[in-house]
Amino acid sequence: MIAGSLIRSAALVPAHPWPRRRLPGELWATMAAALAGTPGLDLLAMWADESEVYALLLDPAVPEALVASVGVVGGAYASLSRARPVAAWFDRMIHDLWGHVADGGVDQRPWLDHGVWPMHRPMSGRAAAVSIPPQPPEFLPVDGQDIHQLALGPIRAGIIEAGHWRLQCDGETVLRAELRLGYTHKGTLGLLRGKSARAAARFAARLSGDATVAHAIAFARAAEAATQTPAPPRAAVLRAIMAELERLANHCGDVGAICEAAGAVAMAARLGLHREQVLRASAEAFGHRLMMDCVIPGGVVGDIAPGGAVAIGRALDGIDEDIDEIRRFDEPGGPLAGRLVGIGRIDAALAQGLAAGGPVGRASGRGHDCRLVPGYAPYDRFEVEPVLLRAGDVDARVRVRVGELAVAMGLVRRMLPGLPDGAVSVALPPGSGEGLGWAEAFRGDCWCWLRLESGLISSGFLADPSWRHLPAAEQAARDGEVGDFPLIERSINLSCSGIDL
Amino acid sequence: MAWRRLASNLLRGPVGEAMEPPPPQTVLALSQRLEAAARRRLGHGLGLLHVDAGSCNGCELELAALGNVVYDLERFGLRFVASPRHADVLLVTGPLARNMHEAIGRAFVATAEPKWVVALGDCAVDFGVFKGSYAIGESPVAFDLTVRGCPPAPAQILEGLLALLEANR
Ligand code: SF4
Repeated sequence: MIAGSLIRSAALVPAHPWPRRRLPGELWATMAAALAGTPGLDLLAMWADESEVYALLLDPAVPEALVASVGVVGGAYASLSRARPVAAWFDRMIHDLWGHVADGGVDQRPWLDHGVWPMHRPMSGRAAAVSIPPQPPEFLPVDGQDIHQLALGPIRAGIIEAGHWRLQCDGETVLRAELRLGYTHKGTLGLLRGKSARAAARFAARLSGDATVAHAIAFARAAEAATQTPAPPRAAVLRAIMAELERLANHCGDVGAICEAAGAVAMAARLGLHREQVLRASAEAFGHRLMMDCVIPGGVVGDIAPGGAVAIGRALDGIDEDIDEIRRFDEPGGPLAGRLVGIGRIDAALAQGLAAGGPVGRASGRGHDCRLVPGYAPYDRFEVEPVLLRAGDVDARVRVRVGELAVAMGLVRRMLPGLPDGAVSVALPPGSGEGLGWAEAFRGDCWCWLRLESGLISSGFLADPSWRHLPAAEQAARDGEVGDFPLIERSINLSCSGIDL
Repeated sequence: MAWRRLASNLLRGPVGEAMEPPPPQTVLALSQRLEAAARRRLGHGLGLLHVDAGSCNGCELELAALGNVVYDLERFGLRFVASPRHADVLLVTGPLARNMHEAIGRAFVATAEPKWVVALGDCAVDFGVFKGSYAIGESPVAFDLTVRGCPPAPAQILEGLLALLEANR
């Protein structure tokens, strides 16, 4: 853990639940080099403010996340991208929003800034008016003859978020896949600033609508950490029930969509129905089908409705009736027998190196789940049984999701009758401080870092796991058939909005 | 089969939720009126092209739900298409992110007349919570219809499509 000890040797900045480490430029550069020899230390996210660049790291064997920061000197900082490839995308985002340059970065092309905002570097105090006309998107050049390119997007065929895939193909084989994003950039980080945590929660809830509950929990927990005001126990359990319902709805949706794309339409229809029932039960219990804005800093916005538990129970019973058949989707004689095996492989080394989370990581042997490490209430009282596979293909990612359906149902069934008494929210004091929060979405670990000054957010970042899955998706599509691409893409299910901010 | 029974229960059965107008039992009727209107207007089913203009993806989830067995758009001759060339309606979601303006303009030009543009969800209608951000701007195309909601529920989306067709009869 060389890089880890280098970080821990640096000066402490007060933050919760763990202090931040502020590294002098030289120590940061040494740490950046040492990361290459520290494979167990995962880089989960990077962000910036006007004067510093931040990195969030985790050693899954240690239940303590590390936030390290370095002062930006002469407009630059040392890139971590040689040791952690995912850092290249964070570098590009940091450059486009704040203007800081990643020294030694492996990729300096624009990312979020397509040249059509009213200014460059919108998050920095040195925002510059746009002078040059927008450039066409830069993709990696084609090398070799007989290679043709497929361009998909930014308006996609079907109900898919805006993004632009470039597939370089030799016949029907994909040689290289590259995804360009930024199309859904909404300026979310800028909108957080100057608002109270309560007012800004709606932006966290809309970073990625499919994980609205999880991101809202991560955000709320960051604000609660910064003000050292934990949510009441009843709120923690209600949040977890919502988060598990969100997981159920999305896993049904993802598995169903893959079944549909692979031709198993009857199975897809059943899963679509189960998803709908979970959404209706969620609306009945919490007032909104996606439970958007139901989680707030300090707790939840309201208690579970009187008929909520019964409605949820009905939706779960419906899935139960079908679960054995869903589990057999891939067995001989099942609707997808063998169709998904061996395609879109993400091997264990790639998953570890990118710190792939959620079902993407857990289908490739990386078992991390932030409900367990670092862990948070109420999962200390309700055990999460991890589902872990190693094959790393589309089949394994579907199997992990199917396995997690049963786990999530078990959690909801244990949580509903054991709801603690008491308030469902507390008011956060208008204090100052820095806090980190996290929550496990259906897609993986979501993180939020906030700095509050007199109750208002001065700086913050919302980290979706999709950042780490994007390079994995590009790799998974390589050497595969063009026809398998939709299955591979859906099995990873990136959130474009989650990355685009 | 159990799931078929469940599906028909959802369509006809007791009203599940009060907070979601219109109630689910109207969905079937809505869908049928919509189909009739679509055929009268165009002589064929209605081709819908989804255009993400910076959505959080919440609106997409409810759009996708329109295809499930409860709402089952396809059954009524309504279908999502893959290209503006096959579209009658552009369904725009999201707060009109500037990074999508060029693509939206192109899709509009590539769509044949008669065509309609629907702003789907609060973001597309008036930027929703993202009002005031540097990254969004007035839509490059005019809207024929707005459907509010964050996100609008599937039944509300159906209702909106119906209103559009009836207004243009
Ligand atoms: S209207 Fe709501 S659900 Fe739809 S894109 Fe906007 S924030 Fe997301």
